[in-house]
Amino acid sequence: MSSSTINKPDAGKTPKSDRDTKAKKQHSDRVKAERRMGWYLAGPAFVVMLLVTLYPILQAFFESLFAFRLTAPDEREFIWFANYVTILSDSVWWQGLLVTVLITVITVAVELVLGFALALVMSKALKSLKGILRTAILVPYGIITVVSAYAWFYAFDINSGYVNAWFDWVPGIDSDLNWFAQTGTSLFVIMASEIWKTTPFISLLLLAGLAQVPDELTEAAKVDGATWWEQMRKVVIPNMKAAIMVAVLFRALDAFRIFDNVFIMTNGENNTEVLSLLAYRTSISRLEIGLGSAVSVLLFICVILISFAAIKIFKVDLAGTRGEKK
Amino acid sequence: MPNRRTKKDPVRSRPKSAAVATLAMGTMLLTGCGSAESVTTLTWYINPDAGGQAAIAASCTEEADGAYRIETSLLPTDAAAQREQLARRLAAGDTSMDIMSIDPPFIPELAEPGFLAPIPEDSVDGFSENVLEGALAGATWKDELVTVPFWANTQILWYRESVAEAAGLDMSQPVTWDQLIDAATEQDKLLGVQGSPAESMTVWINALVESAGGQILENPEAPADELELGLTSEAGQEAARIIGTIGAEGLGGPGLPTSTENTSLTLFQGDEGSFMVNYPFVWPATLGAVEAGSIDQSVVDDIGWALFPSVAEGEDTAPPLGGINLGVGAASDNPDLAYEAIECIVQPENQTEYFITNGNPPSNSEAYDDPAIEEDFPMATTIRDSLELAAPRPQTPFYNEISTGLQQEWSPPNEVDPDVTPEESQEFITAVLRGERLL
Repeated sequence: MSSSTINKPDAGKTPKSDRDTKAKKQHSDRVKAERRMGWYLAGPAFVVMLLVTLYPILQAFFESLFAFRLTAPDEREFIWFANYVTILSDSVWWQGLLVTVLITVITVAVELVLGFALALVMSKALKSLKGILRTAILVPYGIITVVSAYAWFYAFDINSGYVNAWFDWVPGIDSDLNWFAQTGTSLFVIMASEIWKTTPFISLLLLAGLAQVPDELTEAAKVDGATWWEQMRKVVIPNMKAAIMVAVLFRALDAFRIFDNVFIMTNGENNTEVLSLLAYRTSISRLEIGLGSAVSVLLFICVILISFAAIKIFKVDLAGTRGEKK
Repeated sequence: MPNRRTKKDPVRSRPKSAAVATLAMGTMLLTGCGSAESVTTLTWYINPDAGGQAAIAASCTEEADGAYRIETSLLPTDAAAQREQLARRLAAGDTSMDIMSIDPPFIPELAEPGFLAPIPEDSVDGFSENVLEGALAGATWKDELVTVPFWANTQILWYRESVAEAAGLDMSQPVTWDQLIDAATEQDKLLGVQGSPAESMTVWINALVESAGGQILENPEAPADELELGLTSEAGQEAARIIGTIGAEGLGGPGLPTSTENTSLTLFQGDEGSFMVNYPFVWPATLGAVEAGSIDQSVVDDIGWALFPSVAEGEDTAPPLGGINLGVGAASDNPDLAYEAIECIVQPENQTEYFITNGNPPSNSEAYDDPAIEEDFPMATTIRDSLELAAPRPQTPFYNEISTGLQQEWSPPNEVDPDVTPEESQEFITAVLRGERLL
């Protein structure tokens, strides 16, 4: 709810003190009404959110304290935090964490650069081209991740793919290169697919940020003789810091939960396992509900830590992009 | 699906009659019931095939003459994903699990917690009669028949006659893996094997270990923390040596680390094809490819078949065993009717027809007597002999852990080392089974 609208002074002819009390009263009434309205509007969604997110989280935490296999319901046993000890003392978890962090850092960094470039192109494009350009850039984002993962998989697959044939002039690529047989090449395809798919999202967020930078500022800088690079570095980027940080936070949280691409392309083989896949394989494939729930809870804690770090340390202002605080 | 009767009101006026008709039609569409209102519907969860199971369901529905109606519901393509869906539904007490097509290695996991309805005692003999030994073993858990063998699968050795001839191999006699490796190396050809970290990898490892006289699991019926693996035996090391050699010498081609049954077939049909271990679906698939014009008739003319290769000269081979068994969910509303329907489904005539149309070999020896089989599958005798020799994969409720552990540790094939891999994988899988490690 916006609070900037309620601070306008009341333009009446009553004495100052009277006016103040009246304004205060009006102010608090209006605030109250707005708050109540806020709750009416957001309340139902809030309750639904509690039901669909908080309940499963609590349930997962509860299950994580048990040794429980779906196909051995009679052997369910309360074991406190033993599942967490097993997970945290296992190299599989740490390897998964490392791969997940690696994918997150690289994809978000590349997406940020590409997304910024695309946002600049979109904002500077001729008016007549803007619509087409934005639609074209958004196409990958509109494709379901599973579908795009299959498309990339088949393109690079040694049996059905065309990449080896098209790019055999690049050193290291020939018809015998099996992309999904080694860690490095597998991760390359997984990350490339992820970047292709989600750069449009980041470019949209950045485009919104670019629109917030007042033209006067860049024009003033231009008049002062700043080069294009100086304008970017000193004027544009500092003024859209909030938008950049929100984009980074959203994408980092998203990338940290990467699943589809890895599941379809390698299923975690060749040391490409990520944490979401580990949670899936433990709970769904192995039917180890207790252990799998513990992995999910740990994954959830990681996501909270990222959000916390972003908001507290990097001071991401989630309200900033909506124009509430300036 | 509930059976609701739609009662027609007497028609009084035209608009009303139209409304009633619309309502009746809507109800019929909603319930999915037409004329077969009072007929009990049995749901048969089938693995994807070329339409054979749906055809059998239709013919058995007709034969039942109103006693029941079989509706098929498709499971995922991947064997592991089929298991996941069946296990989750059964654990949740899904009452629609009337008939299920189950891959044999997953049967103990479903039978142990009592997820499967017991087979009526008076039907056990009928269901076991004339069933090939391997298939029967795969349907049994703790000496009790818990599922009904439907069709049995096995891998045989497919070879290009020209390559075998050039290598001077007498294919009427059993051949060994080493002979195949030598022949492929000498002629610069590729072997069709499955090196992808999937169920097919476990199938290969198990066949090699069993052929070498060993076992992956020494005490399959023990609880998880007492299971003992036999990978560090001589047989396990021999298996690792063969896989490692094929991988390290590039005999499976660059696609080996991701090759499955289908990709090895494509390799075998190509110019570099020589020998391949694979299921009988290969035959109709190759004939189909000739018909479609994607490969030449000369390829088919050059194809021969023999039993799965041995590990050591003079020793018996133990080919892989697969197939599908039929089980009934313990929570099913109609277990008796479901077993009645299964009796119809597994009739030898249906198995014969299924083999001819879909390429899936019968589990009942009687079904092989039909002369039509020999006509369409000239290798039927080899398949039947192979099924007699075939060894099942480890039968334990913890099969998934063992299989996934093997797939992770024994891939990619070029990194398999007989001195390291068997020991490491044994330690790893044992720790996973004891709950000390993640998989």
